Order: sequence, then structure tokens, then C-alpha cells
Amino acid sequence: MDAPADSTASLATGVGGRRPTPVDLPVQGGYAARLPRERKLELYRWMRLTRTLEERLVALYRQTKVVGGLFRSLGQEADAVGSAFALERRDILSPLIRNLGSMLVKGATPVEILKQYMAKGDSPTRGRELNIHFGDLDRGFVGQISHLGDMVPVMAGVALSFKLRGEDRVVLVYVGDGATSTGAFHEGINFAAVQKVPLVCIVENNGYAYSTPTARQTAARAFVDKAPGYGIPGVVADGNDVLATYEVTKAAVDRARAGGGPTLIELVTYRRKGHAEHDNQSYVPDGEIEWWAANNDPIDRYVQWLAEHEHVTPAELAALDEEVQRQVDAATEEAERAGTPEPADCLEGIYAEPPRLGAHWYREGVRSAVERNERPASWGTHDG
Amino acid sequence: MAEITYLEAIREALVEEMERDPEVFCMGEDIGAYGGAFKVTEGLMARFGEHRVIDTPISEAGFVGAAAGAAHMGMRPVVELQFIDFISCAYDMLTNYVATARYRAFLPCPMVVRGPSGGYVRGGPFHSQNPEAAFLHTPGLKIVYPATAEDAKGLMKAAIRDEDCVLFFEHKYLYRRIKGVMPAGDHVVPIGKARTAREGTDLSIITYAATVHKALEAAEQLAAEDGLSVEVIDLRSLLPMDDEAIVATVRKTHRVMIVHEDTRTGGIAGEITARINESCFEWLDAPVLRVTAHDVPLPYAPALEDFVLPQVRDIVTVARHLARY
Repeated sequence: MDAPADSTASLATGVGGRRPTPVDLPVQGGYAARLPRERKLELYRWMRLTRTLEERLVALYRQTKVVGGLFRSLGQEADAVGSAFALERRDILSPLIRNLGSMLVKGATPVEILKQYMAKGDSPTRGRELNIHFGDLDRGFVGQISHLGDMVPVMAGVALSFKLRGEDRVVLVYVGDGATSTGAFHEGINFAAVQKVPLVCIVENNGYAYSTPTARQTAARAFVDKAPGYGIPGVVADGNDVLATYEVTKAAVDRARAGGGPTLIELVTYRRKGHAEHDNQSYVPDGEIEWWAANNDPIDRYVQWLAEHEHVTPAELAALDEEVQRQVDAATEEAERAGTPEPADCLEGIYAEPPRLGAHWYREGVRSAVERNERPASWGTHDG
Repeated sequence: MAEITYLEAIREALVEEMERDPEVFCMGEDIGAYGGAFKVTEGLMARFGEHRVIDTPISEAGFVGAAAGAAHMGMRPVVELQFIDFISCAYDMLTNYVATARYRAFLPCPMVVRGPSGGYVRGGPFHSQNPEAAFLHTPGLKIVYPATAEDAKGLMKAAIRDEDCVLFFEHKYLYRRIKGVMPAGDHVVPIGKARTAREGTDLSIITYAATVHKALEAAEQLAAEDGLSVEVIDLRSLLPMDDEAIVATVRKTHRVMIVHEDTRTGGIAGEITARINESCFEWLDAPVLRVTAHDVPLPYAPALEDFVLPQVRDIVTVARHLARY
């Protein structure tokens, strides 16, 4: 399952810049090895669902049914799925924009994702927020905001609540390579480390923050090198190897659960699509995307691994693919049928109290504020 | 019952709420063993332990964000900013994350962000600020700014019990200068209700925080020297604002001035003026006037600070102009 040895060397001189060599983690815990065959097939299914759902979103985007931007995780499905798979049901994660797979593993449904993108009235945020920006504490995911790094302090606080209450729960927060440059990332990790809260932070190094290559993001050799600066362990793994991402995350989650405090994990992967669907990736060196597509696709690699190690047949996988396709088709039908939000719903729920704000007077059929107002008897007489 | 200071009233509220609700905890810089830069949290760590009085790294965005996360999970964090001037370091976290959480993600964020605010103390540009107007413009936050010891306690208890994030501005000039006798029992002052600090019939001064006391002093002088009956409205809560109390005083005296310690442009006085204009313009006998700080960072030297900030004589001057209009 290893990528060819020259896989990153060939990229090192491009504008994509230096990228840490993916390393296969020594399987210390043997967690991945202990996964039963059906759980290993689940990993495949989540990755396939992520990709199929995103492909459907692309079709809907082209039909202008996705009203905002579309963010793909093509080529990064393994890091999202494998890491989230290491959590227990009671644990909580906060995804980043390319962690659709993590959310699906945590119980987000395709129809919810589709309704979010299509801004439907009964979408998880009732049309208030975009794409995968939504959460559900019961299922264990907290919606992100666009300000990168901000979720690190917030999730450190969620982890703090687990520590203060003595709850046996762990928090997983994702950031990209770009977010590691923010103050919020630093403050959050530092706070978590000092308080020794059960937080695992994954840095998804996919080579680019929008168009900015990692070499323009940090002078560090690798993002994982930041870990010792916070006094916490750091580990780097091949983000395109789903079992490796599961392995390192599970080890860090177990450590956090046992009271060992935070771990910083760098998962090395590659963003094969632009920042969002509109981005033509003109800044990417020729051949780079094609190389990763041909040689280091996480699903292709896992299919090969399953065949070699678990004797999974093409027919078995085709049956899973078909099931996923049916699920996405049904979800699409349901999402397309859903209505748009009632405009005045936007005034509800900014506070618990008052629960609803009033609309401006000119939206209520009153012709002027002055007309509505009472006046003193002397009004308009200019004699005071 | 004995009088206690504005500062002690805040501490009393924290103690009572921490005793009442085990989910309440405090976080901030130097608030534990040291008891905080102004000693508001003195004795709390000894009483409630390190788990409920947490000393943090110097990272306002970090611990304000962490408070939000803990609040999502049902805890009730009370965060101290060592000086409210440093709230700007957490501006992104408060405006983008905290203020939007309920609306965009249906995540409750019951937390209090409190800190010593305001000038008249020779604190210079970074230990004297009144940044409340910057947050008035953010839907999803609540803002209170008490002027009396009784309100400091009652509003703190209300803020801790509120289901949303409350920014609790404490005026450091009032910390030890103002005293009050606390009402017996569970003293909670509702957020969003103004207080008539002095009844009057000739003109109204709408204000809050330290300038309530400047306005009361001015009213006393105007009564003695001019025979003017001045009403003083202490807003107490800035977001939500008590529109009914504002309209009532306009309709009563027909002449209104607004006094605040913050700078003028884009300030809260402008917002109040607009509300009066829209809701009770017809009841005015004079334009709404403002007494505020000058639009400069607050300088350190006494001669400069005194010139920049509103003084009693400024309020008297403008009130006389308003009464004559």
C-alpha cells in the first residue's frame, strides 16, 4: 500500500514546496490490525459515500442548485474518515471544510448535507449557514466557522468541560495547514496543553491553503514540529492511508482518554481540487494533481489493500458502491423536494430571550414611523 | 446591613452563584492565587478550588473561545479580562463565534465576559477604554454596565443565569468609590431594564456607568443654581436597551441629552438619538445633545485625560443650553 518512493521527491521543487515525506506509522497499538473485516469494509463505505456525495454535489452545483460555493475533499477522504472512525459515539469532533467524511462517520446524513448546500428551509441550519457548517451535540459534532483556527480554543473548552466534570469523553479538532499560522490555533493548543484536556488536534496538510503552498505558510520542517513547542506529543502519518490515520488517531484518543492530554497529529495528504469549485488551480505545477490521482488516491490504495489483505472481491465492493449510490439518489430526491426557508424565520433565535426580533416598521405595512407615532396636541403649530 | 463596595458586590454575586450552581466557574489571567489585578476574585480559589477558579495563559482569544466550548456543554463560565481593553484580542471569538452560535448552530453559549473598564483613573490609552459600542453592533451579545453596587451584584447574577453571552463592563473608577447596601435575599436585576436615578421634569440626562454619578452631581448643581429639575436615567443595560424608559423620559421632559464616557463618533449616544428620532421625535422641544469623550485615544497626563473625558461642568454647560433652547 506504500506510495512509490519518489512520490514526494518529485514535488519538492515545485511551488507546492517542501512537504514532509509521508511515513508509515509503526503500528504501536495495532489498533488497525485488530479491526474486524466488516469494520474495515465500513471504512471503505464511508470513503465511497464521501466521494459519491461530493460528485452529486458537483452535478447540483453545475445545475445552480447549490446556491453557494462547493468545497471538495477529493483525495482527502481517508484522513477524514480514518480519524473520525477512531472516536467513540460519546466523543465530539469539530470538522474543517474538507472533513465531510468525518461528519458522515459521526452520523451526519447525506440528505442533511445536500439540504445545507441547497439552502433548504429544513436544512440543519434552516438556511442560515453554508455547506458542512453545522453541528449536532447529540451525534457528536460541532459546526465550524470560517475563521480558521477558532475551533481550536472552542474545542479545547469542550474538552475542558469533560475534564472538569470527570466525563470519559475525548474531543477531536481538525485544522488545515493554513490555520496553524493563526493566533487562535496557538492560543487554543497552548491552553489545552497547559490544562491537559482530552483534545486531539489534527493538522491536515494538503499542500495548499487556497493557493498558498505550505512553504509560504511555515518555515518549520513539518507542522508536527510545532508539537514540542507546546510540550505535547506530535505524530505524522500518511493521510492517504485510511488505516494509518485510524491508527494514529486512535492512539492519541486513547492517550487523551487516559488523562494524558493533547496530541498534535499531522496527516499528510493532497488537495486534488481547488479551494472551492470555482478555483482553476492555476498555481499548481503541471502534472502534480495528475500524479496524485494516478498514484496516490486513498480509495484506490485501500481497495488494493483490501483485496490483498482481506480478500475483498470486486463484486463485494460493487455491491457497496451500489448501495451508496442508491442512498445518495434517495437523499438527492428528498433534498430537491424540500422547500426554501420562510424569510421571517431569520428573525428567530438570535437570543434565548427575547426569542424573536421584530421586523423593521417598513416591513410591516406602516407607511411612516412618524405616522404611527402619537403627537403632542401642540404638534405642528410652531408655537411650542 | 453593612455597606459594601461596587467591587465587593461583584465578588458577592460570583460567590453566591458559584455556591448555587456547580456549573459556574471562573477563568482568567491571575485570578486564582493572586485574586485578580483588582482583587475581584480574591479568596475564590481558596473557597472553590483550582478547578473552578482557573488561571489561564495570556491568551484572551484562547480562554474566551474555551469558555464558549464549555458553555456549549452546559457549563457557565465567567471569564475575566484583566482590563476590558484586552477584549479586542477576543473580538473575533466574541463577534464571529460566540455571538452567532445560537443563531447559526443552535448552540447555547451562556457565559459572562467581565472586566474593569473606563477612565478617570490615569490609566492611559490601554487601561481606560470603554469598548462597549464596538459590541453594541453585534447581534447575539448582551451588554450591561452597572453604575451602583446594588446593580453590580444584581446584574452579575442575572448575567450568569442568562442563556446567552453577556459582556459585563465594570467601571474601575467605581470599584472602591461607590458603596451600597445589598437587598436581602436573591438579588437579581433584570437585564434590559433602565433605572431612574433621579426624577425630574425639565430635562433628561440619559447615561450609564461612571457618568451616572457625574450626571447626578450636575443635576444637584443645576437644581441649586438654576432651579432646574433634571431627570437622570441610568440605562444599566445597553444591549438590549430599555426603549420604553427612553421614550418615557422624552415624553416627560421633552429635552434630552445623552452622556457617555466613550468617544463620540459611532458611539452609543448616536444610536439612542436615532431611536428617539424614530419613536418620539414629536415630543422633543429641542435637539438631542451629546456629552462624550473627544474622539482621541485616552491620554495619560491628568490635564489631558480631564480635557478628553466628560466632566460635571460639561454636563452643566450643555444642560443649561438645552434648558434655554
